[in-house]
Amino acid sequence: MPYIHHTDDDRREMFASLGISSEEELFDRIPEKFRLRSALAIGEGKSEHETLREFESLGDKNRPAGGLVSFLGGGIYDHIVPSVIRHIAGRSEFYTAYTPYQPEVSQGTLQVIFEYQTAVSRLAGLPVANASMYDGATALAEACVMATKITRRRVIVCGEGLNPRYRAVLETYTAGQGLVLRAVGLTARGDIDASSLKGALSGDVAAVVVQTPNYFGVIECPWEYREMIRESGALLVASVDPVSLSILKSPGEYDADICVGEGQSLGNEMNFGGPLLGFMACKNDYVRHLPGRLVSETKDVDGKRAYVLTLQTREQHIRRDKATSNICTNQGHVALRTVIYLSLLGETGFHELGKICHDKAARLAKMISECPGYSLRFTGPFFREFVVRCPVGADTVAKKARDRGILAGIPLAKYFGEAFRYDLLVAVTEKRTDEDFRKLCDSFRAK
Amino acid sequence: MSFENVRFTKEHEWVRLEKSGGLATVGITDFASGELGDIVYIEFPEVGREVKAMDPMGTIEAVKTVADLYAPVSGVVKEINTALNDDPALVNQSPFDKGWFVKIELSNRSEFDGLMEKNEYDKMVGKD
Repeated sequence: MPYIHHTDDDRREMFASLGISSEEELFDRIPEKFRLRSALAIGEGKSEHETLREFESLGDKNRPAGGLVSFLGGGIYDHIVPSVIRHIAGRSEFYTAYTPYQPEVSQGTLQVIFEYQTAVSRLAGLPVANASMYDGATALAEACVMATKITRRRVIVCGEGLNPRYRAVLETYTAGQGLVLRAVGLTARGDIDASSLKGALSGDVAAVVVQTPNYFGVIECPWEYREMIRESGALLVASVDPVSLSILKSPGEYDADICVGEGQSLGNEMNFGGPLLGFMACKNDYVRHLPGRLVSETKDVDGKRAYVLTLQTREQHIRRDKATSNICTNQGHVALRTVIYLSLLGETGFHELGKICHDKAARLAKMISECPGYSLRFTGPFFREFVVRCPVGADTVAKKARDRGILAGIPLAKYFGEAFRYDLLVAVTEKRTDEDFRKLCDSFRAK
Repeated sequence: MSFENVRFTKEHEWVRLEKSGGLATVGITDFASGELGDIVYIEFPEVGREVKAMDPMGTIEAVKTVADLYAPVSGVVKEINTALNDDPALVNQSPFDKGWFVKIELSNRSEFDGLMEKNEYDKMVGKD
């Protein structure tokens, strides 16, 4: 069937079937005052060349991080992305693949997802991982909803150090589902205050969300209050930076029930903030409450290795409104890039990456502390990101740096109010050099 | 087997009132287990939970589908059939006996009396 819609014949046929004689008659129910009687003010059509030129001139107004020295983080990080990822992931067999609805004919796609799940499971230190979610924020919100279903409780507790964008998504989910979100304060170290947490752990708490490192870059110590959470009957949900797991304890090691996080930093560009990748893993006990798709390995009738979607009765196409989640897709392409990245680095390379990031971050933090008037806002240990207390407003500091081609970090007042007016969130990856550090400090020192 | 003390719901649960009164055993009918196919997993309500008649209190998962387990009567869950954790196929093999799900302490006997008797249920599923 050729896709040419609304030919005159089509119109006549539709009019006849409706018993009307004109388009005007079709729309005459709409009051006159709402009708547009003039042509749309969109100008004349443009040629391909003119259109390209117009959009390029708009695009040129962007200042992509790639052309600047970027210390931006806050959930999305500027790590090295080996070119081979683009070449493998760009193969047509992978590139057009969507989440498989007739899955078992796409053994290659299922194998990629299975390998990805295996990688996530090993990073998280938990036995089950799903095929991925939209991003770290939705994965966290889904984990919280999952915890409320498991515990039949209604309250979610998080730390004030939770990524404000994650918190906004979580608030959207909790408001819609009649759940309550309760935030507990931080210590001078910048991590969750255990005594405030204790006060918040009433008998109706479904989950305690610990983001580590938190938005301020500070490493949380959930093992210090793990027992307290268990005694309250709530689940421990860890939201982690996967790169930090190269050198920090895995959530499984401190007995987290559910682990989620953002996978962008594993082999994906920053892409102006997306597409992203939410990863999610949990204990075996909770697998039937886990949202999203799950791929398992099995044997076919000839005894050969094969991959299948499994436990689909949790999912929307079978369970309808009672499904664990309305998400029954996954970030297949981003997950593919992630698993290629991890396999390229290997265990040793990944561990080395973590050490380099941390060493560099520590070096820059020291250099900044030596700049007159600058200090670290929090005293707790960090991985590759930290908050700098500036002598003047962080907005001013960031603008001055931007004029020198440096994205100095994220001024925090926008998210956390006036008390954070002088605070700048600075992230360091393996891409940043001593030369970059010097430039940033020069900018901080400049009058 | 005798269905004298057994009543049925339109959601295909059966309830057997034990002789001592008070406690009622709940399962799903042979018709229901046949329609669901091979049952692979049951999610039980926790012991001690208070349920209201016709509230979903658990789920029954089969190979290709999943169904809610409704509380046929109001009361408190006193016992669950843990044997089904290891062998959920008991529901298919022995729906009225070994494949029972939970025991509920009735809070309102008249709810039980209001349910269908065997002949009414059979008529509903077209078995008479």
